[in-house]
Amino acid sequence: MSSFLSFINDKRVRDWFYQIALILLLVGLAVFFVRNASENMVKAGIASGFDFLWRTSGIEVPFVLTNYTQADNILALFWVGVANTMLVTVIAIVLATLLGFALGIARLSSHWLLSTIAGAYVEFVRNIPLLFFVLFWYFGVIAALPQPRQSIGLFGVAFLNNRGITIPLPDAPGNFRWAALAVLVSWLCYWLASAWARRRKERTGQDAPLLAIGIGLIVVVPALAIAWASLATRWDIPVLRGFNYRGGFVVIPEFVALLAALVTYTAGFIAEIVRGGIESVAKGQSEAASALGLRPGRILSLVVIPQALRVMTPPLTNQYLNVLKNSSFGAAIAYPDVVSLFMGSALNNTGQAIEIIAMTLAVYLVIGLAVSALMNWYNARIALVTR
Amino acid sequence: MTIRILGAAFLLAAGTSMAQAQQLAPSPTLDAVKARGNLECGVHLGLPGFSFANDKGEWSGLDVDYCKALAAAVLGDASKVKYTPTSVQQRWPILQSGQVDVLARNSTITFSRNATLGLNFQGINFYEGQTFIVRKSANAKTAADLDGASVCVAAGSTEEKNAADWFRERNLKTTITNFQKNDDAIAAYDAGRCDAYTAGVGALAGQRAKLKNPEEHIILTQPISNDPQGPVTRWGDERWQLIVRWVLNGTIAAEALGVTSKNVDEMKANSKNSEVRRLLGAEGGFGAMMGLSNDWMYNVIKQVGNYGESYERTVGMGSNLKMERGQNQLWTKGGLLFTPPFQ
Repeated sequence: MSSFLSFINDKRVRDWFYQIALILLLVGLAVFFVRNASENMVKAGIASGFDFLWRTSGIEVPFVLTNYTQADNILALFWVGVANTMLVTVIAIVLATLLGFALGIARLSSHWLLSTIAGAYVEFVRNIPLLFFVLFWYFGVIAALPQPRQSIGLFGVAFLNNRGITIPLPDAPGNFRWAALAVLVSWLCYWLASAWARRRKERTGQDAPLLAIGIGLIVVVPALAIAWASLATRWDIPVLRGFNYRGGFVVIPEFVALLAALVTYTAGFIAEIVRGGIESVAKGQSEAASALGLRPGRILSLVVIPQALRVMTPPLTNQYLNVLKNSSFGAAIAYPDVVSLFMGSALNNTGQAIEIIAMTLAVYLVIGLAVSALMNWYNARIALVTR
Repeated sequence: MTIRILGAAFLLAAGTSMAQAQQLAPSPTLDAVKARGNLECGVHLGLPGFSFANDKGEWSGLDVDYCKALAAAVLGDASKVKYTPTSVQQRWPILQSGQVDVLARNSTITFSRNATLGLNFQGINFYEGQTFIVRKSANAKTAADLDGASVCVAAGSTEEKNAADWFRERNLKTTITNFQKNDDAIAAYDAGRCDAYTAGVGALAGQRAKLKNPEEHIILTQPISNDPQGPVTRWGDERWQLIVRWVLNGTIAAEALGVTSKNVDEMKANSKNSEVRRLLGAEGGFGAMMGLSNDWMYNVIKQVGNYGESYERTVGMGSNLKMERGQNQLWTKGGLLFTPPFQ
């Protein structure tokens, strides 16, 4: 009896008991909701389950990165949407970061006009809803570009009009695979060379001709590889026939407009993060660097930015996640992302709202957690190492 | 003696249970409508000729007239309707979840909607055919001339798939851009994003007015599909479905029988035609069989009019759309409309 009492009074036992009870409760609730929903749906005659994913989709998509056609199944349509969401998110994150850094640094500049313009931009962007940006860029882009017959030709192979930018596409991608491999190898070589140069400098104090090596490996070799691949491949060059150019690949205006909206909007927030990060670095740091004789550009890149990055990384992660979530605004302008294609067209054709919304949710969750994990890894890497 | 009493008791019991069997099946939707005092009707966000609210917030259109007819039949007052405007995407969930009692929203009857969405289609109030609106400058006469064109369409509509199938079957290369709302697709077409916008003939006739310069556009006359549309209910509540179906049938029957909002009083009082008398509740007690008052169709015709009157007023010659009756004419006059007998 007393052993039983001491067992139930044991703190560890109680802790475990509460944990297990909570998990059972949550699982029970989830099971209850799922069963309740499916029972009611059966009663109301609404189909449920995931069989619909293997039905023919029948939906035509104007911007496809996979080899999807409308004869494929709905699962393939789902992946088209996921790929389009990821494409616009990744490019928007890169460009917004570049523009945001430029704006943030400009705002701190001692040049009055530059800092005022940057400040005004940030205030403007932060007080305007994103949907406005999306629609503004969309109708702005369409209105600014000519009809297909008056297309702006770029070197006679690519054409810009309000149906998008039609670019030539290689008939067979084989040569480009080799070119991409060559580019990767030369970049890897540069990375190894710079690591070697850094070690040598630490050991001997001598500078390696890293600039020349860098130009050679980062620019010249890839350029040669791509030039070779381009010349050795037959191209599908767009030709104007009837309503529009035929052949090639079309970068649709919806993509351009959504990208522009996400970049210009997010850059305003990133600029503030950059400014806050830089201002968080004690003034004595840059004064000390200046006393050592470093020029302003080097003070920024060697002393201030590395310390500011530690402060900036967590809020930057938030902004990157926002870009991912905000990419769903593409649905407002017919950008075929996962929301528009899967939660729009596919949901309407199948009516299976619960399954489709759950899958769309999972997409954002998985990509979002991946972005977070990457940024956490980066944050840990640049964190101040204390001993 | 005892046997007699027992026999009488038995007959009484049998009689009571017979009377109970004649009682109506429960209809939660009808009860809710009566208790609420208005009919919740799901309509289009704004489609002239079908469901469109003017600047005073007054709704009109062929689908709106159906809502009014149903309210007149159920509540005796055609004005007791609460309209819920729905987008292409919202329409099914709003009906399935019970937020509206009936949906009259240019929705095409299809097999998979009927089989997998828990929806029932209660008849046809408009035979629609899908076609395209293009700029006159494009010189397109039929859909086959649209090879290479960009087409704007509302995502999740039957038109989205129809167009994709139609062009693919003919090996014509078109780019179909799918917008979330009809209005977004039209705005993009108007801005020059697309060479054509596709929807039903009737819908296009109404939507054309939304373009900046309506006279610069033409609607291709040859439809690429047949899209019958009508009021929709959710599964369950058979009695409500019966009412929704027969109010629509009643408006068509009234036109076939020559009953109009002008002559309905006179017809009810004097007509010798028993089908007219049953329709208007002068005999037969048809309304009571569904749990309505016997003058249910009288109220509909008196307050809203028969199908032909609705058609002319909303999309026909009496409206801005000026559409011919075409397929939406009675079968006796070369169209496709007919109704089973009121017998």
